[in-house]
Amino acid sequence: MSIDISQFLDTFYEESFEGLDIMESELLNMDVGAADDEIINTIFRAAHSIKGGSGTFGLSAVADYTHIMETLLDEMRDGRRQVTQPAVEILLRSVDVLRGMLTALRESEELDSDSISASQKELNDLLNNNDAGSPATGSDVSSSNENSIIPTDDVTPDAWLIVFNPHRHMLKTGNDPVRMFRELATLGEISVESDTSLIPAFNDFEPEDSFISWKITLKGEITRQQIEEVFEWVEDDCDFVIQPIVSEQSAPASAEAVSAEPENTQEEKVETKATAAPKRAAGRKSGGESASIRVSIDKVDELINTVGELVITQSMLGQFGEEEEFTQSHIEKLRDGLAQLERNTRELQESVMRIRMLPISFTFQRFPRLVHDLSGKLGKKIELKMSGEGTELDKTVMEKIGDPLVHLVRNSIDHGIEMPAERLENGKSEMGVVHLNAYHQGGNIVIEITDDGAGLNKDRILAKAIKSGLVTEGDVLTDEQAHDLIFQPGFSTADEVSDISGRGVGMDVVRKNIRSLGGTVEVKSKAGEGSTFSIRLPLTLAILDGQLVSVGGETYIVPLVSIVESIQVKQDQVNLINGRGEVYKLRDEYIPVVRLYHMFGIEPVSETLDDGLLVVVEAEGQKIALFVDDLQGQQQVVIKSLETNFRKVEGLSGATILGDGTVALILDITGLVSLNRTSAAPDLTVITNGDVAA
Amino acid sequence: MSVKILAVDDSASMRQMVTFTLKGAGYDVEEAADGQQALDIAKGNKFNLVISDVNMPVMDGIALIKELRGLPDYKFIPILMLTTESTADKKQEGKSAGATGWIVKPFNPEQLLATIKKVVG
Repeated sequence: MSIDISQFLDTFYEESFEGLDIMESELLNMDVGAADDEIINTIFRAAHSIKGGSGTFGLSAVADYTHIMETLLDEMRDGRRQVTQPAVEILLRSVDVLRGMLTALRESEELDSDSISASQKELNDLLNNNDAGSPATGSDVSSSNENSIIPTDDVTPDAWLIVFNPHRHMLKTGNDPVRMFRELATLGEISVESDTSLIPAFNDFEPEDSFISWKITLKGEITRQQIEEVFEWVEDDCDFVIQPIVSEQSAPASAEAVSAEPENTQEEKVETKATAAPKRAAGRKSGGESASIRVSIDKVDELINTVGELVITQSMLGQFGEEEEFTQSHIEKLRDGLAQLERNTRELQESVMRIRMLPISFTFQRFPRLVHDLSGKLGKKIELKMSGEGTELDKTVMEKIGDPLVHLVRNSIDHGIEMPAERLENGKSEMGVVHLNAYHQGGNIVIEITDDGAGLNKDRILAKAIKSGLVTEGDVLTDEQAHDLIFQPGFSTADEVSDISGRGVGMDVVRKNIRSLGGTVEVKSKAGEGSTFSIRLPLTLAILDGQLVSVGGETYIVPLVSIVESIQVKQDQVNLINGRGEVYKLRDEYIPVVRLYHMFGIEPVSETLDDGLLVVVEAEGQKIALFVDDLQGQQQVVIKSLETNFRKVEGLSGATILGDGTVALILDITGLVSLNRTSAAPDLTVITNGDVAA
Repeated sequence: MSVKILAVDDSASMRQMVTFTLKGAGYDVEEAADGQQALDIAKGNKFNLVISDVNMPVMDGIALIKELRGLPDYKFIPILMLTTESTADKKQEGKSAGATGWIVKPFNPEQLLATIKKVVG
């Protein structure tokens, strides 16, 4: 039988990456000089597991590399080696190298041998550096048996005489002599004589102890080493002598080992079965990549429960089909059944969704390292706080939000937090704080990156925006609008592009990426006190709570999260601005009116605002009022991509299929808001602000 | 009666491999991720063999072996250490805790099966 071990590789990679993350975070936690034993042990264990697994699964390059790390950590664990800052830095770098190796192997790419050997050298140098007084390392005790008389084994004898005298406690190690005889029997023809003379009188008999000794004759072409291997596990739990029998006459038994003359001997023949275990290395083939996800048993149990309930509901409903008459009372039961089915479906949907949900800590955990490295590089003192790490979101969303988050955190560290001296001057503590927070709000997850740095400088932003033509001199902008400019394409406040957050990627790309996930990003900032970037993302990309609205003969879906309110129009509240757009005065705000029929070129039921309804929606801090004919119900809809099935359409984020089989389009509120802004915004901005100020 | 084996390792891939190999050979296998979990499972069952990793969180393999040997059902059953620490002192520590023997990592499924067969037939 040959087992393909490559099938376990996915799990191995997954747990190795987890192990590396643990190593990294513990290394960052480590108090140099007064390192906690448990922390070192945790780091050691992670390296140790990776080494063991990589050896077993045939990744020898990883095994060799990890071996050096393990040796180093082992010495730290035993207190033979001091934990120093340089050592921690080297280990952190080696975590990166190892991560690179494992990633390359998983993707069947070539290993970066330069960085590996450079890191290996660094580790070896560290290892050999203050190695004084550690002779124990690598000194393998040879497995040769001290009890056995070692004759010259130049010739393989015809047979062996083995005298085997277990110590009284041997059975308590789980070693069964019969098992060993059976194993010997696989080597050759065996005969066993037992010596029971040492068995005490019944009253003194200890049933758990071993009192019998044996004399074994083993015939065949067998080496001493083969026999010693059988006794390998018990060499300290017994006395045994192995003697070659060269001639026909049996050699005298060694008197030293067996003290009494065998009196009550009985002969045991053990059947000889030659079942040599085939030792073929399992063939390795590079398995096709399969993305896997770890799911807690709870979630799976929940799913099974829900399916169980669904089956019950199904059988309940199924009964109606079997009955001959259909009466009023049946209708009520049917209604109950359908209500239950709806509940079950929703629960099932939620449990399935939950399987894809992972805690945001998977993304957060890379930040301690990032902050550590960046603050060292910039000479800033920064404390990273994290909260809400357990907040869950969809795996796909999580994978895509990583880079924008890194960018924002880099930005906070680079541009937000001031140098220690400057902070002290401004009466702040030397240590800057970057706080990552996540929480659920409605159907969204909100991730906030807060720093207590200098905050955004409105004047500088405006100056820059005027220079790059984003606004014109004399425009009056609120703080929010000014701050929002940093997300405009081609905007960068850094006086010189640094290699920390420069890199040619601006905040506009961050916003674009977040928008493509159906999310938004906003900034709130106060000069001198710091900034907060808030990212709001849907928990999942697959399902959405929607409000169905009618426009002409069509049904559109407005994401429920974007709706602020729906109102009946009072004609006197509608104003025309500069002939370009209608605005609706809602309390103290002027909200642009977007006539959906106009936008999508449909024949409406009525063009008079009084006949329909305005649905006020909000995206990125800006509201618009959508003019629709009527509201229908609310329901969850499954999002189907327009891009893959048709093409991208501005103002629409996707489509869905309704209960009656018709297709309804889902409105992209963020897109509609920016569409509206590009066509009418400049005038509107001035008037709105003038009005508010008045 | 099928032979029941308890496989203990904190590494999921090692557990998977051990379980897959042993189940394929017709053994009845249960898994535990650390010593404490193993001890809890062992108490409610009667295993014919325990295979345990040494270095594990919560309760390590050496402590597990000591605990198991204190239970009547596990006094004489074979307990194998599954370990990379092939150095003599670890083996010795395991032996004095009551381990039957050891399997040294890295090993392949065939080697594992050959050793298991020796112990439980």
